Amino acid sequence: MGNPLRSEQDAFRFVLLTIGYFALIVIGAKIDVWVGVAVFVLLTAGIVWFVVSGRGRERPVPEAPAPSPPAEHRVLVLANESVGGAELLGQLEAHAAGRTLRVRIVAPALVSRLEQWTNDDGEARAAAQERLDDSVAALRAAGVEVDGELGDENPVQAVEDALRTFRPDELVLATHPEGSASWLEQGVVEEVRERFALPVTHVVVNS
Amino acid sequence: MSSHAEPLEHGGMGEHEHHGPPPIHYSSRMPPQVLGMFLFIASEIMLFGSFFTVYFFVRVVNHGVDGHWPPAPYHRPAFVAGINTLILITSSATMHWADSSIKKGNRNGFKAGMVLTLLLGLTFLLTQIVEYHRIGFNTSDTSFAATFFGLTGLHGVHVFVGLTILLVMTIRAFRGHFSPEHHHGVEIGGIYWHFVDVMWIVVYVTVYLL
Repeated sequence: MGNPLRSEQDAFRFVLLTIGYFALIVIGAKIDVWVGVAVFVLLTAGIVWFVVSGRGRERPVPEAPAPSPPAEHRVLVLANESVGGAELLGQLEAHAAGRTLRVRIVAPALVSRLEQWTNDDGEARAAAQERLDDSVAALRAAGVEVDGELGDENPVQAVEDALRTFRPDELVLATHPEGSASWLEQGVVEEVRERFALPVTHVVVNS
Repeated sequence: MSSHAEPLEHGGMGEHEHHGPPPIHYSSRMPPQVLGMFLFIASEIMLFGSFFTVYFFVRVVNHGVDGHWPPAPYHRPAFVAGINTLILITSSATMHWADSSIKKGNRNGFKAGMVLTLLLGLTFLLTQIVEYHRIGFNTSDTSFAATFFGLTGLHGVHVFVGLTILLVMTIRAFRGHFSPEHHHGVEIGGIYWHFVDVMWIVVYVTVYLL
């Protein structure tokens, strides 16, 4: 189901679901009060599970930013881990195919759930700044035109924010290996591929 | 906060290529209209929530007196309100018909849907007013009566606002406004009307049936 406030059609569907929800509760309550309570608890738990599990999530429409200038090959790097290795550079140079390679690095502050709830992101931001500085320095030393910024703590949101001011031809996602990935990194590669109509290179970095 | 490889005035990252104001930036993937509707609905839920809180408090406190709700000699006109509920649900369906029609370019269907929705909404409100006159108790009688009129009256005010919006939409429909490409006013008005419908279902089930 879509967001019931997104369109009249979704709102109408929400009306029908509301009727079904309360009809079942009333029928249960007419049988016995506790049956009604049980129906209410079960239905509500089912709805909460449906929403939290993401099954009700709307499928995003893939977005493609405006093309970059023809003489340039622009790469947006999501640096959940420091980047700048020779292998990655070689790949990017190959993709640039003689054009000027421009790179923007976005480093999201990967906070823990507790840090997110308590808004305690100081250490995570400092770590992200360090990753950013290391990555920028490494690429600059290799002669690449590069700049960077701290991004939203949600990596996908960080990519989207960066797309508004930078028009890349390619996305590079540098993440931790699956076993040591932050909760914010879970499924981020698939989500980025789904949401943005751009070539995505996934680089797993062992810190 | 950021590490720049070269100063902006040197033309880094194509800042010199863009003319005019920068594109609108929605930082959270949410257009302002939808965000506005979210905030509005959130405030409405809080408003209705406070009334429901009072209602349930009164109900829990009074339930222990004789184990009967509503307290004697009060009687809830569930049948009339049930008919009214059907009327309001039907009005949601006609609203949906109107919206679907304008999206397909069917102007006659759109106008008919709007008129029917308006008439059904008006019928609902008039029936509720008649019910108030015949119900046999008034707001100042007991806490039950006060919360009953409070909740149903609050919803009635929302129906009145919805009817005003529907009236404007209907007049605009007959003046040739809206098209398959431009029908945002119908969408927003429709969402509001469905919200009024959903709130009535909650009020009806809570106040009249349970």
